[in-house]
Amino acid sequence: MSGLSVSATVADRGVDLTLGVGPSEVVAVLGPNGAGKSTLLAVLAGLLRPDTGHAVLDGRVLLDVGSDGREVWVPAHDRGVALLAQEPLLFPHLSALENVGFGPRSSGRGRGEARETARRWLAEVDATAYAGRRPAELSGGQAQRVAIARALATEPRLLLLDEPMAALDVAVAPALRQLLRRVLPGRPVVVVTHDVLDALLLADRVVVVEDGRVVEQGPTASLLARPRSDFAARIAGLNLVRGTYDGSGVQATTGLRLEGLTEQAVHAGDPALAVFRPSAVAVFRTPPGGSPRNVIDVRITELEPHGDQVRVRAGELSADVTTSSVAELGLAPGVPVVFGIKASEVAVYRA
Amino acid sequence: MASRARPVGLPRWLFVPAGLGAVFVLLPLVAILSRVRWSHFGALITSDSSLAALGLSLRTSATSTLLCVLLGVPMALVLARTRFPGQRLLRSLVLLPLVLPPVVGGIALLYTFGRRGLLGHTLEVLGIQVAFSTAAVVMAQTFVALPFLVVSLEGALRTSGERYEAVAATLGARPTTVFRRVTLPLVLPGLAAGAVLSFARSLGEFGATITFAGSLQGVTRTLPLEIYLQREVDPDAAVALSLVLVVVAVVVIGLARGGRSA
Repeated sequence: MSGLSVSATVADRGVDLTLGVGPSEVVAVLGPNGAGKSTLLAVLAGLLRPDTGHAVLDGRVLLDVGSDGREVWVPAHDRGVALLAQEPLLFPHLSALENVGFGPRSSGRGRGEARETARRWLAEVDATAYAGRRPAELSGGQAQRVAIARALATEPRLLLLDEPMAALDVAVAPALRQLLRRVLPGRPVVVVTHDVLDALLLADRVVVVEDGRVVEQGPTASLLARPRSDFAARIAGLNLVRGTYDGSGVQATTGLRLEGLTEQAVHAGDPALAVFRPSAVAVFRTPPGGSPRNVIDVRITELEPHGDQVRVRAGELSADVTTSSVAELGLAPGVPVVFGIKASEVAVYRA
Repeated sequence: MASRARPVGLPRWLFVPAGLGAVFVLLPLVAILSRVRWSHFGALITSDSSLAALGLSLRTSATSTLLCVLLGVPMALVLARTRFPGQRLLRSLVLLPLVLPPVVGGIALLYTFGRRGLLGHTLEVLGIQVAFSTAAVVMAQTFVALPFLVVSLEGALRTSGERYEAVAATLGARPTTVFRRVTLPLVLPGLAAGAVLSFARSLGEFGATITFAGSLQGVTRTLPLEIYLQREVDPDAAVALSLVLVVVAVVVIGLARGGRSA
């Protein structure tokens, strides 16, 4: 069987994760900080021994610990698993070319051959110009390019990326994302990120991790359009209300009730989700009369700029309004308002 | 806004004890310089016994520095990069010579490697006589100097961190390759500083040497021992040789600072 399958528990970090990645699939692992994403990568890279765990890569057992059978623990250097971290971590005493050649050299290739491989990969990431430079002479984006080349030059059977864009200037991130989009396919890849753009542009599939567990997974586009977890809804920029379907809407335990359009068979009594965009929410100071709307009394908790609009947050819900309506309505934290949402703007589906 | 960076002023009175301390350290050096008889300086430091002592000191110190590196680098790595029960206690014990009076170290060595020592009989059977030989000088110096290397290297290893080593491993480097191509180059300045400190400590070694190795001209009488002896016989020679050691110490500090800032 090719591709990766892994399951691991790390008790003191509250992590219990199971994940499968196809032979040429790019999987984005999304989740809030401390959800256990980096722990998973460390286990796969051979840098952290889980309490129990089992991982198979292309039919080869990488680790099998905590079960009754014989323990298997392939050391990091023998796994063919490359890890690209948030920071490039280029060896400061080696030039860019020597950094990229480090992997091939370590696997026993001769100096000349390693150099040749390094040059090829530097060209692949458009970093040929920096070949002779030391890491201290490279910008963050340049260094990360070299780090990508260094990871790929080992011809890894599995590539792990731990928030590869997080430490970079927003100005250089897009170009690097394009580069990754070009070079990643061809092997199983796990990208840990909390940036929805990484998931959209790089990944075939998204796995959402919260509190050390996989809470949902699916193809990137459908997961972001119809999130089932709070985190996925948040990064997709959607309002999500969880409750029970009562025949025409979703009744939440908080008393909130939303009518919407069902797109699959949902039966009364089913656990269900109601999802709507903040831009579909109209904000009023007094309840509007007569329109077929969901009307929710809320108190504003926060106002924050969102593009050329203002995002009005009220607890878990948010609405996007124009700056002029903020002024007209006198919106401010603590002000009680009414959120109105047309039923046709609310998607209701089974949880 | 003041352009000079002095966010918090020091209390003025603090400069008085600070100044006194500096004078206390520097004045004796001035005293030595003032007592040197420059007309005889060349002759005094090139006498047979002086040259023998200087040569022996340099040879033994170089050897013990090498031993410190060979033993201390693995020790520092084990202390900095592994975890095992009793490690903290072991670290404290290994660093003991740092605070132990050297003469006590000498006695300890004597009762370990001396003829009646713990290993003395075994060594005698093997035909090895350690005490009161040049080898004993090297051992005494290594004993007192080793902790200096271990301490400074362990510090360098801790600040250099394990992250580069982890990256190297994920790139396919075996532990030996990681050590040779990543760990060692990254802590080279720390290692150099530690080696220089060990050399300086070896060069100045007196108590453990005279206890364990004795004072035999050309065999175990190093420069500090020679100075101590000459102090009675020929104070001028003692002062001249002291100045030589001061110069060496200054050079060593310069080297160590250079190594740190590199």
